[in-house]
Amino acid sequence: MSTLSLAVRDSSTMLRRNLLHARRYPSLTLNLLLTPIMLLLLFVYVFGDTMSAGIGGAGAGRSAYVAYLVPGLLLMTIGSTTIGTAVSVSNDMSEGIIARFRTMAIHRGSVLVGHVVGSVLQSVISVVLVGAVGVAVGFRSTDATALEWLAAFGLLVLFATALTWIAVGMGLVSPNAEAASNNAMPLIFLPLISSAFVPVHAMPGWFQPIAEYQPFTPAIETLRGLLLGTEIGNNGWLALAWCVGLAVLGYRWSVSKFDQDPR
Amino acid sequence: MTDLAIAANGLRKSYGDKTVLDGVDLAVPQGTVFSLLGPNGAGKTTVVKILSTLISADPGTGDIHVGGHDLARDPQAVRAAIGVTGQFSAVDGLITGEENMLLMADLHHLSRSEGRRVTAELLERFDLTEAARKPASTYSGGMKRRLDIAMTLVGGPRIIFLDEPTTGLDPRSRHAMWQVVRELVAGGVTVLLTTQYLEEADQLADRIAVLHDGGIAAQGTAEELKRLVPGGHVRLRFTDPAAYRAALAALPETTADDETLTLRIPSGGSQRELRSLLGRLDTAGVEADELTVHTPDLDDVFFALTGGDDQPHLPRQPKETVR
Repeated sequence: MSTLSLAVRDSSTMLRRNLLHARRYPSLTLNLLLTPIMLLLLFVYVFGDTMSAGIGGAGAGRSAYVAYLVPGLLLMTIGSTTIGTAVSVSNDMSEGIIARFRTMAIHRGSVLVGHVVGSVLQSVISVVLVGAVGVAVGFRSTDATALEWLAAFGLLVLFATALTWIAVGMGLVSPNAEAASNNAMPLIFLPLISSAFVPVHAMPGWFQPIAEYQPFTPAIETLRGLLLGTEIGNNGWLALAWCVGLAVLGYRWSVSKFDQDPR
Repeated sequence: MTDLAIAANGLRKSYGDKTVLDGVDLAVPQGTVFSLLGPNGAGKTTVVKILSTLISADPGTGDIHVGGHDLARDPQAVRAAIGVTGQFSAVDGLITGEENMLLMADLHHLSRSEGRRVTAELLERFDLTEAARKPASTYSGGMKRRLDIAMTLVGGPRIIFLDEPTTGLDPRSRHAMWQVVRELVAGGVTVLLTTQYLEEADQLADRIAVLHDGGIAAQGTAEELKRLVPGGHVRLRFTDPAAYRAALAALPETTADDETLTLRIPSGGSQRELRSLLGRLDTAGVEADELTVHTPDLDDVFFALTGGDDQPHLPRQPKETVR
């Protein structure tokens, strides 16, 4: 069997294993979904009127803020899901089964690839669920073309892939599930200080660079542009660069950690 | 060299400044059981981890061949030839026993029907058919260990590493595991077994190496090892004090116990030694009421080799011991 077909075959076996885990024990994934959904409901129904007034000017309805909020929360959902990735990778590494995999003549990267593909699929499902809640509370895309929908989907998948590889690395360096969960906190904390909830220009001047120079803000702005027709500017390229950069970094980090002798 | 399943020269490994293995040589002929015997922390598991490609040996280690493949140059070929069952069960607790088996079948690239057949066969053989659809995390220790070895056998490995396979098992499960090892060897499989139980090594192993302080303190068959230590003796018990005194006079190199009328004569217990002893008793015209031969068991060997500093350490065995 060629190296490539071996890699594909073993990776899909590992993917099946991870999906089986996710299906048997969905509580972790579902718990992680609660954060973005609660934030969505909180910001729409509790803070919604005030926020709308702040964004759309006095008289703007709550729907203006729903439109502003949903793209950011979709990306936050990805950040939240990948915390689960870090935890499950860390858990997995402490199991004897991984030692067994390492002594078998299988494609070495398949263990990690299985985790990554499984986690990206979970991210997509989570995004669809949170998106459905968004639609239920009044989110509507304004005149996005099929191509723009496709691009939005591609952006979400790419962003999920990038964050997942970083989360895998975090899981590999964490000695246990608690540590993994703590180490992965930035993935859910970063969107809180991005343009997800308020525009960057509405933040204090000293804080603006923090909100601006991080992966979530350009990705959120790009998604807004695609779904709502706002100005994307160079955010598209910035988002792409962040995704590719983080994916490559996370991949190399994870692979080098996995190749080290186990603890 | 080609008939060696495992050949390792100068195995070295240290963690920080703690030396775990300091030049261990191993040679395991095909189709035999080789036992690494040693107390906790002697480095048994480290040897298994290195030979099964899980961790790398330190620089300065000589050539290692497993199944005829160079471990450093072609680890994948080594992995294809071996199966490993560790001390801590390497099963996926989140999925069922059957799913664990099918996972192994997939990773060995068996076809779907072949995978199902092998799974059913091995689950049956290890008495797991009933529990096959329960999550492995709900299994008892013995069941987990059985599932573990069943998973190891899916690919039909020719060389199997068993790292303390019976630690923590009840006597019945232990004997079942021994039976498994015997069946494997009958099928031509080579087994490297680590254990801290002397009886286990004695029962199963063709050759035993005692691992101590990062090196092989001694190796050979169980019989050869037993001969290495003093302690073998013949015990004669008398009821008649006159006969006891006559025997004592005839056998000068004897330890005597006047209260119990027992004599203890150092002896390796060989036929020739016994005949000469009996000859001397006959010449003196005495007859003992009871004669017992005590040969040192592996416990004596173990303590003599790995005991405290007050006990003499035997010189290390030369690399080739006579079989």
